[in-house]
Amino acid sequence: MHVPSSEPRPSVFYDYKIHAYRRPEKMNQKQPANPVVIVGAGPIGLATAIDLARFGVSCVILEEDLQVSEGSRAIVLTRRSVEILQQLGVETPFLDKGLPWSQGRSFFRGRQVYTMVMPHDADDRYLPGLNIQQQYIEEYLIAHCDPTSLIEIRWGQRVVGISQNDTGATLTVDTPEGEYTLICDWVVAADGGRSTVRRLMQLRMEGRAYAGHFVIADIKAKINLPTERLCYFDPAWNPGNNVLVHRQPDGIWRIDFRLPDGESKERALEPELLHRRIDAVLSMIGHPVEWQLDWATVYSANTLTLGSYNHGHILLTGDAAHLLPIFGVRGVNTGLQDCNNMAWKLAFVVNGWANPVILDSYSQERVQAAREICEEGGKSTRFMTPPTRGSRLLRDVVLSFSLSENFLKDLMHWRTSRPHDYWNSPLNSYPEADREFHHGIACGQPMRNVKLSANEFLLDRIGSRAGFHLMIFVDEHGLTGDLQEILAAATNQPYPIHPLIVRPDDEPALDAGAGTVADVEHRISLKYDAAAGTVYLIRPDLHVCARWRRATAEQVLYALHCALGFSAVVERS
Amino acid sequence: MIERRMGIAEIERVYDLIAEGVDRATPDKSELFLAKLSLALANLVGDSEAVANAVLAAGRDL
Repeated sequence: MHVPSSEPRPSVFYDYKIHAYRRPEKMNQKQPANPVVIVGAGPIGLATAIDLARFGVSCVILEEDLQVSEGSRAIVLTRRSVEILQQLGVETPFLDKGLPWSQGRSFFRGRQVYTMVMPHDADDRYLPGLNIQQQYIEEYLIAHCDPTSLIEIRWGQRVVGISQNDTGATLTVDTPEGEYTLICDWVVAADGGRSTVRRLMQLRMEGRAYAGHFVIADIKAKINLPTERLCYFDPAWNPGNNVLVHRQPDGIWRIDFRLPDGESKERALEPELLHRRIDAVLSMIGHPVEWQLDWATVYSANTLTLGSYNHGHILLTGDAAHLLPIFGVRGVNTGLQDCNNMAWKLAFVVNGWANPVILDSYSQERVQAAREICEEGGKSTRFMTPPTRGSRLLRDVVLSFSLSENFLKDLMHWRTSRPHDYWNSPLNSYPEADREFHHGIACGQPMRNVKLSANEFLLDRIGSRAGFHLMIFVDEHGLTGDLQEILAAATNQPYPIHPLIVRPDDEPALDAGAGTVADVEHRISLKYDAAAGTVYLIRPDLHVCARWRRATAEQVLYALHCALGFSAVVERS
Repeated sequence: MIERRMGIAEIERVYDLIAEGVDRATPDKSELFLAKLSLALANLVGDSEAVANAVLAAGRDL
């Protein structure tokens, strides 16, 4: 019998709400299969549910606890993550609460030795980073689940068994009233780094686990510093190790430091020692103020991923599928890209719009992304927690040179999470047409934002409309000939496709129902390397899957066919 | 200032190669390994003035 705690977690800033366990309807009766069951109501499970609901697909979420995340955990959302939240139509409370930032400074022997301003294009709406505690991330997503009748969160229910056959999966769910059986067509395992589903399926991850341990401590303190990433190497109080400091909403500060080699987790969390070290950090940053501890834990760095994220009727996503280093904010930001990639494909399969083989592309695209992250994040990790004597010596060389020379400073770059390029996706088509472009957004890359006016951006026009997007660039005559045929053919499909006509003037659209954007300053045309006649076909997760200088209706329909897994792979670019 | 002549990918490769070299050399032989490496690279640079500048730079902030 699973008995979840109904005691709100202690916190000095967050008011935990208990979501009562409710006996599910038809608990002990034969029940119709649910289309999708999501295991885990963390950020990734919730985002998956909201994404599925955009396509009319309902789901049940099983969550073993009765409340949101213990501790602030994932505190940095990248620009790409906020753009994904915008696709889900939920970004407003995040922007109201979160603290945007764009630069980091690194210190060694009391001197600032490195500054990195993360890339920010004048066309971007959101800054590169947004700090917000995971409690709020989950709270805001849960609030969005409430009004939809398509998402049912079952609090206090733990998965204890899983099996599958050719048609679907069966879960054994433990509750305060005992176990019951839940039948479904698809399971999405979004149950985090210690995934129960992964364990029950006996799936093994590949990659590397790093030895060094780090403490994360959240404190409430009045510190008058801007929102940025502060990194201190080799401080006097913790020789050879490093400290990271991040500001969070509500006057909370994240302190993150590496433990001396050989020190145990238990020792590191002993209140007196922890207290002394936090005092040392505050003195080091020049703000030795009073503080209160909210939460502390110990973590280590891994670059581990499953080799496949789809296993029959069970899909794994987020930390359930991989364990990535904290450096470069890889956890929640990778997970949001995972589930944004997977949700539309699953929804299209559930709705009978796509060949189930497109779920293979979810695994292929995101395992490839995870391997790229293991490579990039591994470099950052080896700098922050050198695994060997040689790597520690070389790290110390970079730090020593940083006081007088510049030629090695880029090695202090912390390589932030970024959107991945699905350049070799089986869903892409017309590689030869793609190659006719000199720049712009190539097949596999995510759409890039364009500033249209003071507070208006291209991605706002896409908004949270679920489906494919067809950007058609026209001249002052509007839609003529082939382009009209393309529009007619593309909008005559059973699944949603949203045309966006890009005009060089601000004449109103001639075709009712098609979105129009006035590109008077040619900013969109420039960024997309487009001229009149250019067509971009964009997947629901806003990655380009085909583009043409000049297209026919037949080509656009065939590209859709490819993107839905209905044709053999066209030549890879 | 030492002029930067390699892109980030090359620097990262060299960083890993030397780190692995130190690991292979074992603790009591790593000084010897690094001194041999320095002389080999100095010979490849072929400019004793440049090497003298590098020796000065490397001696700072130890």
